[in-house]
Amino acid sequence: MNFQSLPELNRRVFLGRATRGLGAVALASLSTPTLLNAAATQGVLGKLPLPQKAKRVIWLSMAGGPSHLETFDYKPKLAEMHGQPMPESFTKGQQLAQLQGQKLSCFGPQHEFQKFGKNQTEICGLFPQIGSVIDDICLIRSMTTDAINHDPAHMFMNTGSQIAGRPSMGAWVTYGLGSESVDLPGFVVLTSLGKGGQNQPIAGRQWSSGFLPSRYQGVQLRGKGDPVLYLGTPPGVTRQQQGSDVEAINALNRQHASLVDDPEIATRITQYEMAFQMQASVPELMEISGEGAKTLELYGCQPGDGSFASNCLLARRLAERGVRFIQLYHKDWDHHGGLKEGIAFKAQEIDRACMALITDLKERGMLDSTLIVWAGEFGRTPMSQGGSGRDHHNKAMSVWMAGAGVRGGIVHGATDELGYAAVDKVATVHDLHATMLHQMGVQPDAFTVKFQGLDAKLTGVEGSKVMKDVLL
Amino acid sequence: MKLTFSSKFILCASWLVQAPAFAAQGPSPSAPAKVEFNRDVRPILSDNCFYCHGPDQSHRKAELRLDVREAALEKKAFEPGNSEASELVKRLLSKDPDEVMPPPDSNKKLTAQQRDVLRRWIEQGAEYQQHWAYEKPVKAVIPPGANGVDVLVRSRLTSLGITSAGEADRRTLIRRLYFDLLGLPPSPESVERFVKDGAPDAYARLVEEILQNSHHGERMAQGWLDVVRFADTIGYHSDNPRNVWPYRDWVIRSFNENKRFDRFTLEQVAGDLLPDASVETRVGSAFNRLVLSTEEGGAQPKDYEARMLTDRVRAIGAAWLGQTTGCAQCHDHKFDPFTTRDFYALGAFFADIKEGVIGRREDGMLVPTAAESKEIARLQERLDGLRRELDVDSPERREGQLAWEKGLAGGPVDVAWTALVPEKLYADRGSKFESGADAVVSVAVDGNAASDTYFVTVKTPPGTTTGFKLDALSAEHLPQRGPGRSPKGAFMLTQFSVKQGDAVLKVSEASATYEQKGFVAKSAIDGKSNDPKKGWSTFGNEAGDASIYFELEQPIVGEKTVTLLLRQIAGDNQTLGRFRVSSTSAPKPVRAPNIQFPADIISVLNAPVEKRSDPQKAKLARHYRVVAPEFAAAREAITAAQLEQSEYEKNVAHCLVSTSSEAKRTVRILPRGNFMDETGEIVKPGLPHYLPQPAVEGRDLTRLDLARWLVSQENPLTARTVMNRLWKQFFGTGLSKVLDDLGAQGEPPPNAALLDWLACEFVDSGWDFRHMVRTIVSSAAYRQVSTATPALLAADPYNREHARQSAFRLDAESVRDNALTVSGLLVAKIGGPSAKPYQPERYWENLNFPTREYAADKDDGQYRRGVYTWWQRSFLHPSMLAFDAPSREECCAERTRSNIPQQALVLMNDPTYVEAARILALRILTECDGDASRRMKRAFQIVLQREPRPEEASTMLALFEKHRAVYSADPNAAELLLKTGLAPVGASANNTELAAWLHVARVLLNLHETITRA
Repeated sequence: MNFQSLPELNRRVFLGRATRGLGAVALASLSTPTLLNAAATQGVLGKLPLPQKAKRVIWLSMAGGPSHLETFDYKPKLAEMHGQPMPESFTKGQQLAQLQGQKLSCFGPQHEFQKFGKNQTEICGLFPQIGSVIDDICLIRSMTTDAINHDPAHMFMNTGSQIAGRPSMGAWVTYGLGSESVDLPGFVVLTSLGKGGQNQPIAGRQWSSGFLPSRYQGVQLRGKGDPVLYLGTPPGVTRQQQGSDVEAINALNRQHASLVDDPEIATRITQYEMAFQMQASVPELMEISGEGAKTLELYGCQPGDGSFASNCLLARRLAERGVRFIQLYHKDWDHHGGLKEGIAFKAQEIDRACMALITDLKERGMLDSTLIVWAGEFGRTPMSQGGSGRDHHNKAMSVWMAGAGVRGGIVHGATDELGYAAVDKVATVHDLHATMLHQMGVQPDAFTVKFQGLDAKLTGVEGSKVMKDVLL
Repeated sequence: MKLTFSSKFILCASWLVQAPAFAAQGPSPSAPAKVEFNRDVRPILSDNCFYCHGPDQSHRKAELRLDVREAALEKKAFEPGNSEASELVKRLLSKDPDEVMPPPDSNKKLTAQQRDVLRRWIEQGAEYQQHWAYEKPVKAVIPPGANGVDVLVRSRLTSLGITSAGEADRRTLIRRLYFDLLGLPPSPESVERFVKDGAPDAYARLVEEILQNSHHGERMAQGWLDVVRFADTIGYHSDNPRNVWPYRDWVIRSFNENKRFDRFTLEQVAGDLLPDASVETRVGSAFNRLVLSTEEGGAQPKDYEARMLTDRVRAIGAAWLGQTTGCAQCHDHKFDPFTTRDFYALGAFFADIKEGVIGRREDGMLVPTAAESKEIARLQERLDGLRRELDVDSPERREGQLAWEKGLAGGPVDVAWTALVPEKLYADRGSKFESGADAVVSVAVDGNAASDTYFVTVKTPPGTTTGFKLDALSAEHLPQRGPGRSPKGAFMLTQFSVKQGDAVLKVSEASATYEQKGFVAKSAIDGKSNDPKKGWSTFGNEAGDASIYFELEQPIVGEKTVTLLLRQIAGDNQTLGRFRVSSTSAPKPVRAPNIQFPADIISVLNAPVEKRSDPQKAKLARHYRVVAPEFAAAREAITAAQLEQSEYEKNVAHCLVSTSSEAKRTVRILPRGNFMDETGEIVKPGLPHYLPQPAVEGRDLTRLDLARWLVSQENPLTARTVMNRLWKQFFGTGLSKVLDDLGAQGEPPPNAALLDWLACEFVDSGWDFRHMVRTIVSSAAYRQVSTATPALLAADPYNREHARQSAFRLDAESVRDNALTVSGLLVAKIGGPSAKPYQPERYWENLNFPTREYAADKDDGQYRRGVYTWWQRSFLHPSMLAFDAPSREECCAERTRSNIPQQALVLMNDPTYVEAARILALRILTECDGDASRRMKRAFQIVLQREPRPEEASTMLALFEKHRAVYSADPNAAELLLKTGLAPVGASANNTELAAWLHVARVLLNLHETITRA
């Protein structure tokens, strides 16, 4: 697929947006009306080559690197070998993080596992709520990644590259598919902290638009203060006054546009209207107290508590409002030590909320068109770190997906008997991206943008494969 | 040479009169008779064929390469002169999915016109050309007195039949010059003066006046700071601060002094290696330190060594060569001749740079002002004097020493220690050890680690072990004789622990023969292993050596292998440079002697006087002074002087700079970029093989060679790359529109002769940047109106031929600077530490290690120009980000120029702009009395340097009345609004009026015209 160079495209997209009513007043005086007929409101891909199963994505990013061995991948053999030296055949010459050069010993699973669902899928007993909806979940136990430190690993998970400056998946998707929301950004990010205190930093580049136009960058919605940066009108200015100022700005810009040929002015007028609308729509979105006690109870959250559960509820509200890509970061999974207690904290924070999100979307008939992805940035070692934790690990991790044409109730792939490396149906991050794009109706390897002379794509230069087995 | 030039020019000129095969974008209706390889054919082959049939040998299909004519002919890819018989054409036209090229799964498809170009090219003989950017630029001959820019622009326009749009009005011109050259708006008075200046040289004088303005350097620095990715923080993970702002000021100064670009290059790449290296040139060499780095636990040195190497190669490629090199980290370039070997050889130039690969950056070199240098020298002199005074020998002192020795009565008491020769030594961050039979471990000074943890594995002697002792030993090879590796010779033991297998053995007590105040032995066993500010330190110990004693809670019985962990995470190389570990079987308590006697002093004291060697005697005499009570006052004076010096230096600017080390890192070609793979060939510094090579033989190339080569006459890329970027600053688009890639995937410039002329003129002028700036902004092409007529739009929709100027939004910094200037808030100071304007609360909440609160400046720092804004890579100031300032995590040759709702939110609601509107309103009220319409005129004058048009005035006056009515009814609201920002409100101001004018000012600051350079 060949796209025009970005700046022109950008302009077109904006002008296209203007035709959708937002900037209706602005249209009268535009000097290049022909451009306005460009049908670019739905993203650059236009008509999609594949059926669009997933209209939107809710990505639950478990930041810090959840241990697969205490969540979704039970290894009785590891329990048996607890305390014994890790067989060198597994680890020799391998990339380790903090354990590099140290004596390695096996560290058995720290929590019991239980069987759930039709297929008696075994997951950690700390997650019974997720267990209760396991038949809607496709569990992938054979995920791998390239990176082994948090920052590069997040970058790889989000952008398919460990080098800064690449667009995040949310940016790719909104760029390609556009957004159905008229008064909210197409790509929204929410973050929440864990109680364990291992809250890894997350850089703004994780939701950057990279080399794509800035308008596709993720917009962070914050639990406290202005939910969107600079959303609040200055003190002493009413909404009506703000409206008067926006009107005056746009009136003068229109007058200016009649004198000079500059399509950017029409875009700017539209953006001021959009900004003004966001000032009303975002606070309305964030107000979850009207959801009713039953829903709040389902998620297990209180209005304004800034919890992962609240963010899951917000994710549903964003999904209802047509936002294309919703990414939630929940931190504090970096259990180098105190793993046993740490995982228990995490279970309290996410178990019910994940179940609630799936259940709620299902009840509203939206699960079929919403792709939920649960993933960290890497897994953790079967070897002990300091006697109570596990180190970073890129050879094995567990992720799961639900909704949008994903096969529920199955387990895909497996790790070896100690949970060290994925051995069956080994999947890469590029494969995960490819599968997600595929469900959104996009040909993964054909979705490219020229950057530094290359046809850059989310799924990388090496190519990727869609995990067909996990799809209905 | 001259002959070659003119003959080439003829070639050039004949090309000029042809119509191009393709206008800047999209096809033109008529194709030219003669197909030209570089202009017409290479872009098609590169984009569609080279991926599999190009320079990258490992990925080449069917062993066919199309980028080299001989190779293509050998494979019979085509038959020159006969397109019908050419395999290439057959493949292009084939309907068979297995035959057709490019293959369907490549997602590439040629247009009919592209196929036709290739067909005709073969018909015409399939001639190749060297890629345009790798040929030396050829300078067109320009009639004397003419501006080369205009001659070459006009020559294109004439051949294309396009007419220039004509010169812009004076107000537009002065605004344009101010924004382009200063990044600031002109005052209404300057505009009026220029508009009324009837002299024929009015424009030229204005240009000169502006070029002399010291804000020029700030404006010119912006683009350079982007392309070298200057930022105040390290980038990865914790994204902590580092000291580099003096480099930013160096760049500004360089542009203000019009430092020649060749010198500008030398100082950055090799400022430490120059024969006349100085503090100034070393600050320039901070360029090499602008890479991203990490402090993340578990980061592997080899991994980040590779990342830093690639980061540096990309920077040279982006800033000087206009080459995208990043892909060659893993494989030969797909489109350009840049190979993996070229990549690592270029990276090897930087293998000598001393730096910790992982961990906190060092404080860096002191960059004192002249006055500060004087004070530092004075403090040093005083300290030296005090030390000399202490060392003075005299009969009284000798007597005193004898008495002191006697007073010790049998020598100080210490338990017996067994020195342990380590069985294994390992460092988390790659510090290198050497240990001898005497159990003394020396650590190489040029280690990788600003912080490190040493793992010392020893076997305990038979019997019981009740404690361990760690001697920190001074040595000649260490900075300030050590015992630490920091520039001050200091170390800090953050945490000490003993492990036996997985079990951690509890240490019950720690005591030391010397501890710096506040950094006591006990803090090395307090369990706080992640606090870089706590630990045992011996800084200020005049004795040099010191020991720390550790008592085990439970003794170890028998010969056991244990590992002692010496965790040292204070940063700045505060790690031990020489040490020894011993064990004891003495019964508890195991404590350091309560007098300051390290082991070697004890051994001297215990030796009979006549058996003491001269060095031993000197050592003892020295130690007497270090511990005897009669010198207490002298010692306190020294410590105080030392502290005063280090406190003083803390407040002097520091800058990370390049320092060359003899111990160079080994650079290997990393197969597929994999840092774990050490099978690749070792490479020496070398320059891309396809470019002219320097004449250096018999020695390895250095960074200085690289720097000289970048700005050598033979280098075809540097001048073109830099001039192409400069052109963009003044016209909105580069002459070749892809600024960071002049290679095969870039764009052959539609006006190649112009780019070549600029490049040659740049070199011929002695790399005189200002000469080039002057030449461009003085041209008629630059002075044209930016509004397109329908005819111009049709003829040249993307303005690649420059029959008009372009209008574009101001850069992020200028959006801010403009608002601060027109309101009068701008603090015009040049240089200094980065500034922190207001920022939304909790914007940094996702930062950690440590968590941080942003503290906005409460003084002048609040009103500095955007170029001084604190550049936090992972969370760049959101106002700057909204207007496309790059995070500078990667080199950025070209900012995007977006138009997004966040920009509206910033300009309307960011307190910076509300405050600017408030002060601007005050200015309107105070500078102009009388009725609202007169004030409205003044407001437009200040912000836009023009009068309002009648419809504008009426819209704005109505708005003013509306707000005034609201605030008359609600004075509290006015008061609330006027509280925005730190700048004081004038005492006599009428709040209702002021608040209403604030809205007027706010609307003006938000206008598209206000933030646009037209």
